[in-house]
Amino acid sequence: MKKSHILGIVVIAIAIGIIMTTAGDASSYVTFRQAIDMASVGNDGKIHVVGTLKKTPSGSVEGIETSEDKLSFSFIMLDADLMEQKVYYMEPMPIDFLKSEQVVVVGAYHDELFIADKILLKCPSKYQEEEISISS
Amino acid sequence: MIHSLIGKLGQLSIIIAFVSSLVAAFSFYKSVVIDDLHKKGWITYAQGAFYVHAVAVVSVVFCLYYIVYNHYFEYHYAWSHSSMQLPVYYMISCFWEGQEGSFLLWIFWNVVLGMVILNTNKLWKGSVMSIFALGQAFLTSMILGVVIFNVKIGSTPFILLRDAMINAPVFQLNPDFIPEDGNGLNALLQNYWMVIHPPMLFLGFATTQVPFAFCIAGLWTGKIKEWIRPALPWALFSAMILGVAILMGAYWAYETLNFGGYWNWDPVENAVYVPWLILVASYHTMITYHNSNTALKTSILLVVATFILILYSTFLTRSGILGESSVHSFTDLGLSGQLLIYLLAYVILSIVLMVRRWKVIPTSKKEVSSYSREFWIFVGATTLCLMGFQVLLATSFPVYNSILNGLGIESNLALPADQASYYSKFQLWFGVALAILSGTGQFFWWRRMDPKKLKEILMGPILLTLILSAITMWVTKVTYFPYIVILTAGIYSVIANAKILWSLKGKWHLSGGSIAHIGIAMMLIGIMYSSGYSKVVSLNKSGLLISKEVDDEFNLSNMILFLNEPRQMDEYSLLYQGRNVEARGVPGYVPVEVLTPTHDPYHWIAAENLVRNGKIVKAQGDTLEISPENIYFKIRYEQENGKDFTLFPRIQVNASMGQVASPDIKRSATKDLYTHLSYAPYMTEEETREWKHADSITIQIGDRFFINDFVAQLDEVTRVHEVRGITLENDDIAVMATITVDGGNQPYLLKPIFFIRDQQVARIPDVINDLGVRVAFSKINPETDSFDFDIYTTQKDFVILKAIEKPFINILWSGTLLIVIGYAIAIRRRYREFVRSTDK
Repeated sequence: MKKSHILGIVVIAIAIGIIMTTAGDASSYVTFRQAIDMASVGNDGKIHVVGTLKKTPSGSVEGIETSEDKLSFSFIMLDADLMEQKVYYMEPMPIDFLKSEQVVVVGAYHDELFIADKILLKCPSKYQEEEISISS
Repeated sequence: MIHSLIGKLGQLSIIIAFVSSLVAAFSFYKSVVIDDLHKKGWITYAQGAFYVHAVAVVSVVFCLYYIVYNHYFEYHYAWSHSSMQLPVYYMISCFWEGQEGSFLLWIFWNVVLGMVILNTNKLWKGSVMSIFALGQAFLTSMILGVVIFNVKIGSTPFILLRDAMINAPVFQLNPDFIPEDGNGLNALLQNYWMVIHPPMLFLGFATTQVPFAFCIAGLWTGKIKEWIRPALPWALFSAMILGVAILMGAYWAYETLNFGGYWNWDPVENAVYVPWLILVASYHTMITYHNSNTALKTSILLVVATFILILYSTFLTRSGILGESSVHSFTDLGLSGQLLIYLLAYVILSIVLMVRRWKVIPTSKKEVSSYSREFWIFVGATTLCLMGFQVLLATSFPVYNSILNGLGIESNLALPADQASYYSKFQLWFGVALAILSGTGQFFWWRRMDPKKLKEILMGPILLTLILSAITMWVTKVTYFPYIVILTAGIYSVIANAKILWSLKGKWHLSGGSIAHIGIAMMLIGIMYSSGYSKVVSLNKSGLLISKEVDDEFNLSNMILFLNEPRQMDEYSLLYQGRNVEARGVPGYVPVEVLTPTHDPYHWIAAENLVRNGKIVKAQGDTLEISPENIYFKIRYEQENGKDFTLFPRIQVNASMGQVASPDIKRSATKDLYTHLSYAPYMTEEETREWKHADSITIQIGDRFFINDFVAQLDEVTRVHEVRGITLENDDIAVMATITVDGGNQPYLLKPIFFIRDQQVARIPDVINDLGVRVAFSKINPETDSFDFDIYTTQKDFVILKAIEKPFINILWSGTLLIVIGYAIAIRRRYREFVRSTDK
């Protein structure tokens, strides 16, 4: 066997290893219902859930609870199926959190509680200006 | 009045640039395929067209700059990326905040490179330049902004605001409406690194086209071997520029963003990192070919792949496909179709040319010896490609989702939840492999090897490595096995390359490779320490039971600091000492309490003399020019050894990004202490303070009392003739009390006013936001010589911060510096070889 063939086989083996690991590490966008189902069958991988904050009819965010030391907080999120879920986050509330029009939480269920490791926000003002202010 | 002429001139220039690039591409092409008799004519004609193109591009740049510089806010580009307040030196940055401007920058660099090639390379002029000009046609089409058969081609930077926002009601009322001010440049880009990083990056992008053009020209004209020599110095140059650009971006992120590091595995960072890896692999195999006529096919593949990957990364960042997964991506301008055509055109062109020539490309039939340098280089290049492959595979998730969903198959792949661990678990081991290869490969590089000689030559370096690594591990307490491997591999690479450097005996022009490889190894070591041993010093180890139902304890990584209340954090005693701003003409920072805001947010008045180094830089009453969007929070760090220091982490209230926290870093030789704020209250107008009525007091002059736990004293009560800039009328009576509050490290003054006009009483309270105190002067009691005050209190100012220690990060930065030096030496050497070859 030529050395280049051995090298080729090694490379292919590593590449397959990379693909397998990537497939294994890949997370997915799911709803809370799917996440609960996954957790109940023992799949404790981290998942992404896209949703919005729960708001009162007048438009203000409700269900925010900040810990006494202000260093962590929880909020109520509605996923794509409008299912409500209380989400805990072990960091202070991200700046501009209340203004976000969409949130993506990355995390997992710990027993009954959903604990987010990471919160990604999509804010309405980001990158796009849609209004012209006519102040003079 | 709308300045329409300059925009029309700009638009005309774009069209000329587009047409002339097509003409140039065609004529350069003709000059290659036509017989020798007519060659010269076509070349002259093509060159003329390219010069026209160059002039047109410069004219486009000029027009756009003119619009931004003169604040012509009737243009959408100026309105959305600039403002009256923007300093001139940041106006240039407007070019890369917007998509159109950044395409323009890329086009501009291509013109510069095209000019260099036209004037330095006679032999390759026609074929290389026709590929170059074709690339320009694709790029200029992106900013064309022309609608043909209902298809919009490109997005022009010269569109008027009223045409960009047809539905805005203001334009229906008054079509000639011009906004007074623009939206301004994203304040994150108002940073010196952001003035040089984007031009560097786009120069890097542009330079990858040069080796590609030589390679394609070689395949096309049948000079399938000769293209390597002229392309090699360009490939090195490109790798240096692109590498420096990536590192500048990393350094900017470290200094400005708050994710706690220099690299975030953001899809946009990855999209540049991958082509850079392949580019590095490509010039290594090019050097192998140059020396021993092997790996030509590999070189061709890698050079082509580099450029295609650059186009792919452009597609990723600009088509909007990344969506939420990235912070960098530009606004979707509806160019994704056009970008895809650009990408696919080059993929097809390259594949067709490669397939046509594949059989005639020489390959070496003989078995490579594992004691040859070619073998080691090849293994190294393969490692680099695998590194790129791993990153690309995950970065392309959004692309798989769109393709599958487009085919009707539901796909909801998301990036790995812990990206850092996903990427580093491969990248670090590949890094180890590279360190070992680059250390060992260098010995094969300089002389022919056999097993016996190899053993002799490696004995010294390996022994030295083991000794040095053992000492380093012991001193810096490295015990985790993977880190031990990384450290040992890194040290080995440094020692082995240093030995090579030594054996060159002063032949510096050959030293580029060794120096750059030492740099890479140092980067590896620096990354291992600064990331692997990065320590959250603000960690709250008490842990918190999140809820009774869960037993898990979660560590909190932030801590809260109330104003002027010291708290212990690790070995430091921390004290938050208030908010500051930067004022033009005043070195350092200015506390907000010594300034009085005016109705103009950019100009505040000094309430007292500002003294720097014993000199009054601004007197009381002077107007200061400040940037109100940046608030710096003064954090004092006191250490037991007396080495105290102060950091000023920042929060920026950014019109387009919301609030952005930037760290401040205490740098020392062995570690950086990185501090950023996670939260500070009252940053926006919506977030108002809630005042509670705390107390009503009756006091005389000289009396001491408490406000919100601070000691205060009534100093005097005087009649005033002016209230907040309004001169009083004859019958008005205004009395001002002066109260000193001891705020801990500095005294504060409160000056509430009691005011009578037409027998109506008005009270103008005074506020110290820092202390959460508001005092109103409510009554004068002449019979007892005393005065009544109402005291209101609110939550004292506080900050929540996170502090991270990053050991030995300077090894990483020093490594990057060595890499640049190494590249510079290597480019000089290869360029000289090329010049010598053309002189023959």
